[in-house]
Amino acid sequence: MPEPYDPLQPGDKEAIAPTGAGGPMDLAIEEAESLEKTLGDAPGPSGPGGKARSLWSDAWHQLRRNPVFVVSALLIAFLVVIAIWPQLIASGDPLKCDLSKSQEGSAPGHPFGYDTQGCDVYTRTVYGARASITVGVCATLGAALLGSLLGGLAGFFGGWGDATLSRVADIFFGIPVILGGLVFLSVVTSTTVWPVVGFIVLLGWPQIARIARGSVITAKQNDYVQAARALGAGNTRLLLRHVAPNAVAPVIVVATIALGTYIALEATLSFLGVGLRPPTVSWGIDISNAASQIRNAPHMLLWPAGALSITVLAFIMLGDAVRDALDPKLR
Amino acid sequence: MLLEVRDLHVEFRTRDGVAKAVNGVNYSVDEGETLAVLGESGSGKSVTAQAVMGILDVPPGRIAGGEILFKGRDLLRMKEDERRRVRGAHMAMIFQDALSALNPVLTVGAQLGEMFEVHRGMSRKDSRARAVELMDRVRIPAARQRAGDYPHQFSGGMRQRIMIAMALALEPSLIIADEPTTALDVTVQAQVMDLLAELQRELNMGLILITHDLGVVADVADKIAVMYAGRIVEAAPVHELYRAPAHPYTRGLLDSIPRLDQMGQELYAIKGLPPNLTAIPPGCAFNPRCPMAQAICRTDVPPLYSVTGTPARRTSACHFWKECLGG
Amino acid sequence: MAEQILEVRDLVKHYPLTQGILFKKQIGAVKAVDGVSFGLARGETLGIVGESGCGKSTVARMLVNLERPTAGAISYKGEDITRLSGRALKAVRRNIQMVFQDPYTSLNPRMTVGDIIGEPFEIHPEAAPKGDRRRKVQELLDVVGLNPEYVNRYPHQFSGGQRQRIGIARGLALRPEVIVADEPVSALDVSVQAQVVNLLERLQDEFDLSYVFIAHDLSIVRHISDRIGVMYLGRVVETGTDAEIYDHPTHPYTQALLSAVPVPDPQARAHRERIILTGDVPSPANPPSGCRFRTRCWKARQRCADEVPLLAVPQAFPEGPAAHPSACHFAAEKHVVPAEGELPPPPPPPGPLHGGQ
Repeated sequence: MPEPYDPLQPGDKEAIAPTGAGGPMDLAIEEAESLEKTLGDAPGPSGPGGKARSLWSDAWHQLRRNPVFVVSALLIAFLVVIAIWPQLIASGDPLKCDLSKSQEGSAPGHPFGYDTQGCDVYTRTVYGARASITVGVCATLGAALLGSLLGGLAGFFGGWGDATLSRVADIFFGIPVILGGLVFLSVVTSTTVWPVVGFIVLLGWPQIARIARGSVITAKQNDYVQAARALGAGNTRLLLRHVAPNAVAPVIVVATIALGTYIALEATLSFLGVGLRPPTVSWGIDISNAASQIRNAPHMLLWPAGALSITVLAFIMLGDAVRDALDPKLR
Repeated sequence: MLLEVRDLHVEFRTRDGVAKAVNGVNYSVDEGETLAVLGESGSGKSVTAQAVMGILDVPPGRIAGGEILFKGRDLLRMKEDERRRVRGAHMAMIFQDALSALNPVLTVGAQLGEMFEVHRGMSRKDSRARAVELMDRVRIPAARQRAGDYPHQFSGGMRQRIMIAMALALEPSLIIADEPTTALDVTVQAQVMDLLAELQRELNMGLILITHDLGVVADVADKIAVMYAGRIVEAAPVHELYRAPAHPYTRGLLDSIPRLDQMGQELYAIKGLPPNLTAIPPGCAFNPRCPMAQAICRTDVPPLYSVTGTPARRTSACHFWKECLGG
Repeated sequence: MAEQILEVRDLVKHYPLTQGILFKKQIGAVKAVDGVSFGLARGETLGIVGESGCGKSTVARMLVNLERPTAGAISYKGEDITRLSGRALKAVRRNIQMVFQDPYTSLNPRMTVGDIIGEPFEIHPEAAPKGDRRRKVQELLDVVGLNPEYVNRYPHQFSGGQRQRIGIARGLALRPEVIVADEPVSALDVSVQAQVVNLLERLQDEFDLSYVFIAHDLSIVRHISDRIGVMYLGRVVETGTDAEIYDHPTHPYTQALLSAVPVPDPQARAHRERIILTGDVPSPANPPSGCRFRTRCWKARQRCADEVPLLAVPQAFPEGPAAHPSACHFAAEKHVVPAEGELPPPPPPPGPLHGGQ
């Protein structure tokens, strides 16, 4: 009678070595509908040596191969560079205008022509990136930090704090954006970007807070959070180590997409005359000035509007790509 | 023969390459017969059934070859609308998770009635009456009142009965039940399994029962096909398989289940893990886990050997089936 | 009698059902656990069996202090742990650990295996000096049969069975005395279940562990348990040793549960008497009066609706194997499990070929 096999005999360890994807993937094959999901998150058979791959590095791996991500990331990198150093591609001064050239078309050295004031449209379009990117990035950072902090804590602890926060967020949701902007910002006299940033943060955080709250509630119900609690882990550890890392992905996705819409919102407010004000160079202001002259000098509108659209699109595309990589189930 | 699957191959495109989910499966069911397809997750048992039903997700899935003959006609060669008619009226499927298979916003009576409205062109009133009749038939108490309830108002066992009623509605000749009782409690499992078996006998249908549970199979099946890594490794009439398995995988499975009537000693455990379907081992797919494996098992894919009868009543895909049978 | 390590008395857990958003009004309660008592001796395995909704998982969560009982006491070595908090609670937690059912959700996907198994040491720094932790983690991996070199991998790179081993290693890290295992194998493939059950049994001997093993699968419970408690709708209906419950059950629910287990032998089909219960488990928010099982019981009479049966040794059986606590007014023995030898034994496991073919 042969010896029954004992899987735990020393020396047989290789018998239960990870197969890379073995289990999880096979499970998915079993149900074709869940295959989709698996295609996103099942790792391949580990290569030679079987490197450790975190979900983040998996997501990065997938992002790099996504053309949408590559294109939008390159575009955004370019925008950020010219927002910081506009001189790199525009040698002129956006505020140096020559009224005699008012509304003239393109000329050597001035490919986009001149606006009503006789300022160089090319230079102004390049310099306009700075305001848009600054407002977009700062407003997103502010809204994301405030929103995820409040939403995350509310979701984690629940109770009356959660109820209060949800109602407050509802109130902010109820404020019409344009009307709110007209009322709040018309009393501001500052010519910096900060009042606009502040206003967008004020209106933007509830959206992030809702997402953060929801994903924290989902994450905290996972067994691994219970497991850590059973080990005696305190709330700080649970929140920072177990809940937050597993709840942050949707917040990142929403924030990235929001960034694009915040840039558009800044342009809208500037267009209405309550956002950024001259001498700040902004696409919104230029579009506003050009709008009335659209029949005589369409180039004045075309370039800043085009730049704005491309920027907004780039961020929204980036958000989409990030979502695909971080949360394959959402696809 | 009611249904005959011949040399079926199904592949899935995954990020890591092509996953061969089904690699040459043959099985058949006759009217009034119960075939149990037994396997673990990843064995291809459900994918085969989905291919038969024509509900495989394509892509990423792809039927790479083979025939599925239903009453002598190849389903894979039919036009889509013709296939849909066969699927609706002549074969039906029961899923593991009845709650997600039922529409949550329609009453149960409306969902059952819809089958008659769509396929039989009945009036709404007649179809409702038939729905209540069906619910009676699967022994749902107070069927007339309950027909107006929504799926979430039923317990798990009752929902599975509704699924059965739905499958029976058009009196199909073939029913495929994919783990129909896995999600249910033991005492309810027995009720549902009994009901299914009784209705099958009564209506003389063919039944394909997909399961991972050797116990359930023993209670109701006529014959068994054991699947591993996309192939049938052993097929046999139920009594013979349990008495003397002719494949080491089947033997291992039988030995590894704890038995109610025996206690104490350590359980036999099959070593290792099921293979990754993108990299199925060469030769016999079971060879890395098989205590009987020899050199030939690592190089040659074993054919389906006939164990008894010509044409084979019982087959095994093991080079050493004789040794395995012998003990 | 061995030392009682855990003693549970009249444990109750009610989840309030409320109405209204701002001013919550309690309109009832889900009686998930309603008066459960049992003891656990050192080195013993207590199996708790029941269907979904019987409260067995809630009991498990109360044992490891993930839920606070509404009433009742859980004493660990004589000390009631349900009222502890802060440092004292943390100290007790070291000694009672849990293994979860679903290996796919019980491991943090963002942490490496090393971090997961090492986390207990971070929470309880006194358990292992800092420099020693990595070695300890690798030892634990080795103990549960995984390659110690996999410390830097992430859970999604493992299969279900392997993940469950990681979960077991985490549970073992602090060298607890009691492990509460909540359906630890029911999410695993059949061929892997046996591996994990054997592992749990080996660890019990090696580390002198006591187990509370929760399952709906009666055959696995019989395999691993010394004593068994059968639960129905928040109450224990019958308890006894393995032989008492399986070979001499006296409660009708236990009998039905046992007879519903499919036996992997087609021969048994014909001559096995099966009790098939009608209906479903009633809602724990509104359990039947008297005996909670009476709505599905074939023996039910008026007395069952009026009088709650106590969990006690039935008077009809003062001695013998049937003399174990059973909460039924009409307790009677019934043979439902085929005795050993009644069914043909399973084929011997396949072994290596001899003679070199």
